[in-house]
Amino acid sequence: MMDDVQHAPTSSKTQRDAVIRVRGLRNQFGTQVVHENLDLDVWRGEVLGVVGGSGTGKSVLLRTIVGLNKPAAGSIEVLGVDVVNGPEQDRRRIERHWGVAFQDGALFSSLTVLQNVMAPLREHTGLSEKLMESLGALKISLVGLPQLSCGKFPSELSGGMRKRAALARALALDPEIVFLDEPTAGLDPIGAAAYDELIGELQQALGLTVFMVTHDLDSLYAICDRIAVLAEKRVLVEGPIEDMTKVDHPWVQEYFTGPRARAAQQKGQDR
Amino acid sequence: MTQPAISSEHDPDGTHVRISGELLTQSLQTVEADFAAIQPSADRVVFDLSKVEALDTGGAWLIANLGRRFTTNGAEIEIQGAKPAHATLIDTVTHNIPDKPGKLEEPLSFMDWVANVGRGTFGAWKDTLSILEFLGLTLHRLFRTFIMPWRLRKAALVTHMEETGVKALPIVALMGFLIGVVLAFQGATQLKQFGAEIFVVELISISVLRELGILLTAIIVAGRSGSAFTASIGSMKVQEEIDAMRTLGLDPIEVLVIPRVLALLIMLPILGFVADIAGLFGGALMSWIDLGVSPGMFLTRLKENTDVWQLAVGLIKAPFFALVIGVISCWQAMQVKGSAQSVGQRTTASVVQSIFMVIAIDALFSIFFSEIGI
Repeated sequence: MMDDVQHAPTSSKTQRDAVIRVRGLRNQFGTQVVHENLDLDVWRGEVLGVVGGSGTGKSVLLRTIVGLNKPAAGSIEVLGVDVVNGPEQDRRRIERHWGVAFQDGALFSSLTVLQNVMAPLREHTGLSEKLMESLGALKISLVGLPQLSCGKFPSELSGGMRKRAALARALALDPEIVFLDEPTAGLDPIGAAAYDELIGELQQALGLTVFMVTHDLDSLYAICDRIAVLAEKRVLVEGPIEDMTKVDHPWVQEYFTGPRARAAQQKGQDR
Repeated sequence: MTQPAISSEHDPDGTHVRISGELLTQSLQTVEADFAAIQPSADRVVFDLSKVEALDTGGAWLIANLGRRFTTNGAEIEIQGAKPAHATLIDTVTHNIPDKPGKLEEPLSFMDWVANVGRGTFGAWKDTLSILEFLGLTLHRLFRTFIMPWRLRKAALVTHMEETGVKALPIVALMGFLIGVVLAFQGATQLKQFGAEIFVVELISISVLRELGILLTAIIVAGRSGSAFTASIGSMKVQEEIDAMRTLGLDPIEVLVIPRVLALLIMLPILGFVADIAGLFGGALMSWIDLGVSPGMFLTRLKENTDVWQLAVGLIKAPFFALVIGVISCWQAMQVKGSAQSVGQRTTASVVQSIFMVIAIDALFSIFFSEIGI
């Protein structure tokens, strides 16, 4: 059932099939409670933008879902598998169905870009070297990097290129879900817009579900189908961006009706 | 899971290529050869994808690649029966197949090897110049610190003195003690043969005080603190902390290097002295047990035949060792570039170079002292 990889770009409106289901999540570091009774659903084929002020635990939520952080309580189901309390081999099995692109890329610094992209293929498939090279080169081309960068080391790339390379590595195994941690942070506006567009295109072409932690209002307006706002230790509201301005909460109001939000909204409509 | 398959048939209408099953990255290996074997016999090729159950980029790549091979042969391609999602995917992949795919690095040719040797030789020369420059810079800042002592980072100095000195005391003392024990034991078996047991005192005192005490202490400190210096400053270099310091008008040499080098300059002679005493103690103990030389006799003999110069000759070398360890490890740290791997490489190089230089300088001192007759 799990191996039933579907690549149909389904619309979130027609088919409400939760690929990630978080229930009653509680995260705690020492005495500091980050999440309390947090519920969240991510539907198949949607781009979900997770926003929230600094320190509201956006990245912690992402890390918890992909299993890098063990929650104090609650359950998380990804593609129908309980990743918190379920057996280890089930978790291992679905790990290849998601890809994570970390904020600064987290590329392996001792490997070239192509080797980085090939690393998951090498680990999880029995393909020949030549096939892996071709597929790696294709993924690098898909994320819009020149083939010249294949032989370069991460330290020789710019920040934006590293983010793209990280995305190529995250896509190496054709995952169903892609987690992006602040994908456009630190990019220039043109680079950020291009990256947004790229994610939108890949999401359409590959039928991805995208879980994106972001601060970038432009991205929210440009590509996110739905927004989840983290505040008060839980998902305060979720829904399409048009609904956000109607939410009666000071932080949400300030975030979505501030001058930057209005500018981004304008831009989003112009597209 | 349905195995992917490909078949083709030719009719007057053109070549029909039928692809079926789940064409996924994992199963590419099995069908790659089948795909490569398909040859078009007509100018028109029809891909029938109605039986394809699942497709990912790997599978789409295989189809796109096949299509590309046909079109370069002048054939016309038509895709039939593909699900919309599959068609989009094949389209995207077709547009993104790189013309000249990037390759992993080829094995080195002979000329590359020659070039590497040249580059390495030139690099070694440049490194030597750079390290001398760094030594000069450090000495200059050290000198300036003596003139303007208020510029010294006292908290950092004390921290590093504790890290490199106080915390190294147990291991250095233990090492010195064991060296004394070993010397007495080995010496005794040899000296017994011609009844010259009592000379074991000179054997121990001269070898420990002049050479072994300080040399082995320096080697331990190079491995312990030199590596720590390189790793910590090197990580700061990776995190661009050194650059940040420069932009804030802080001098990395003054802030990072001077406290470390000064801590070593102060602590290494003390550690060496501790090693010397521990060595004598271990030697005396072993002589007593193994040869029956009583501690009183050992002390008298030591006072009579070993003058204070033996100790001084050893400890005079300590500041030089300290400077070499400090300068090499900090210089290596400054050479760190970009990645975490670089920190590891530089740390290894730092320890190897410091130990080598300590031994080389020790040899030079040996010659020097014997020439001037101390």
